[in-house]
Amino acid sequence: MSDTPILWEETVPGGATWSHVLKRGTALRMTDAEGGANAGAIFYNFECPVERYNMPDTLKAQHIARLTAGFVLYSDMGRVLCSVTEDSVGWHDPLGGCSDAVLVAERYGRATYQDCRNNYHKNAMDGFLVELAKWGLGPRDLVANVNFFSRVTVGADGGMHFQSGNSKAGDFVELRAEMNVLVILNTCQHPLDPAPRYAPKPVHLAIRGVGPPGPDDPCRNSRPENGRGFILTERYFA
Amino acid sequence: MTGSTTKRDLASAIYNEVIPAGEPWVFEIKKGQTLRLVDLHGNQAVDTLFYNAHDYGDRYSAQDTIRRQKNIYLSTGSKLISTRGTVLLTITDDTCGRHDTLGGACANESNMVRYSIDKRFMHACRSSFLKGLLDWGRGMEKRDITSNINFFMNVPVTPEGRLTFEDGISEPGKYVELRAEIDVLCAISNCPQLNNPCNAYNPTPVQVLIWDAD
Repeated sequence: MSDTPILWEETVPGGATWSHVLKRGTALRMTDAEGGANAGAIFYNFECPVERYNMPDTLKAQHIARLTAGFVLYSDMGRVLCSVTEDSVGWHDPLGGCSDAVLVAERYGRATYQDCRNNYHKNAMDGFLVELAKWGLGPRDLVANVNFFSRVTVGADGGMHFQSGNSKAGDFVELRAEMNVLVILNTCQHPLDPAPRYAPKPVHLAIRGVGPPGPDDPCRNSRPENGRGFILTERYFA
Repeated sequence: MTGSTTKRDLASAIYNEVIPAGEPWVFEIKKGQTLRLVDLHGNQAVDTLFYNAHDYGDRYSAQDTIRRQKNIYLSTGSKLISTRGTVLLTITDDTCGRHDTLGGACANESNMVRYSIDKRFMHACRSSFLKGLLDWGRGMEKRDITSNINFFMNVPVTPEGRLTFEDGISEPGKYVELRAEIDVLCAISNCPQLNNPCNAYNPTPVQVLIWDAD
């Protein structure tokens, strides 16, 4: 678990995009460095990227509209890409999606590279698409993303409500890779965050070896669906 | 039909067909045309994907659609938004009142997780989508199957962040109408799911009608 040595670590500044193939048996700990971070993320089976994170399958297998420790991220092929093994936040948003250029320009105003150098205004959609292209993936590979550290609640009428202050400085969430998972991660602000200023926050990343989950693993045993999801994942590697 | 508030002349529809239970349907809807989907027998999930007919990389996005309207349910007035922010269609009439876009489409693999590993060989929506899109050709493949709409399906989210599958609120004859704002490709899987109440455990045919612009 979290007492194994860190293999490497890195801080992703606000508004940036990062990618990495998180190997089966390693874990990625994301820490909200300053409070109020948002980490949008999409996940692919690195060996066959047409197998990718599936938001509806993740939600309906576990009857959830939020993510926290004990839940897992499902691919569209019935396998577990990552497990949420540790979480000090309690709620991560799988619904709200990502910002795009139009939203960022309308909400925060325009700020170009020519005028602002590397403080130019970035959006999550373009960040995802550029990073996907580095791995040979394109717009047809873009799927619904998770927003770690953010919370969006849904009212009885279906209305979506962004809850500010969900994550504090030092809050963390840890994902254990159950496959070799291409992670595309972006630190732009949540698209439903009403804050009027462009102020995306940094996220600290640390990777460590944790080994495969045992038979008493809490994510495996949190519900019968996940038990079957782990069986199908283990069959893939058998 | 009960529940119908028909304002359109059925005889003037340029297209009027029935999709049998468990079958795919792929068809182009031109800008300005109106598509009506009729739940002939009640509580039949109609899993539906839309694409910009001139660029299949620009396709319906569940997250962009619910984010723009700040509401997870689709009904009259909902604009269906693409990954590039294009308004693909607008829901112009709806006698059902609520449609889902979070529950996704069933698959052999998700049925194995949700119900039992031996459910692998039951017919499922994503196999229908693949059959429909492969027959349509033009390079369509599995990665074009993204988060879909489930017309006539009721999937509430609670304030505590739970996703629930409730009995349908649709009835025989209820329908939804959509106006195409650009030329779109529509792919439907008339859901064959037998493991949960989304089709009242009895998948049934649905009717598709298209009218030219008024």
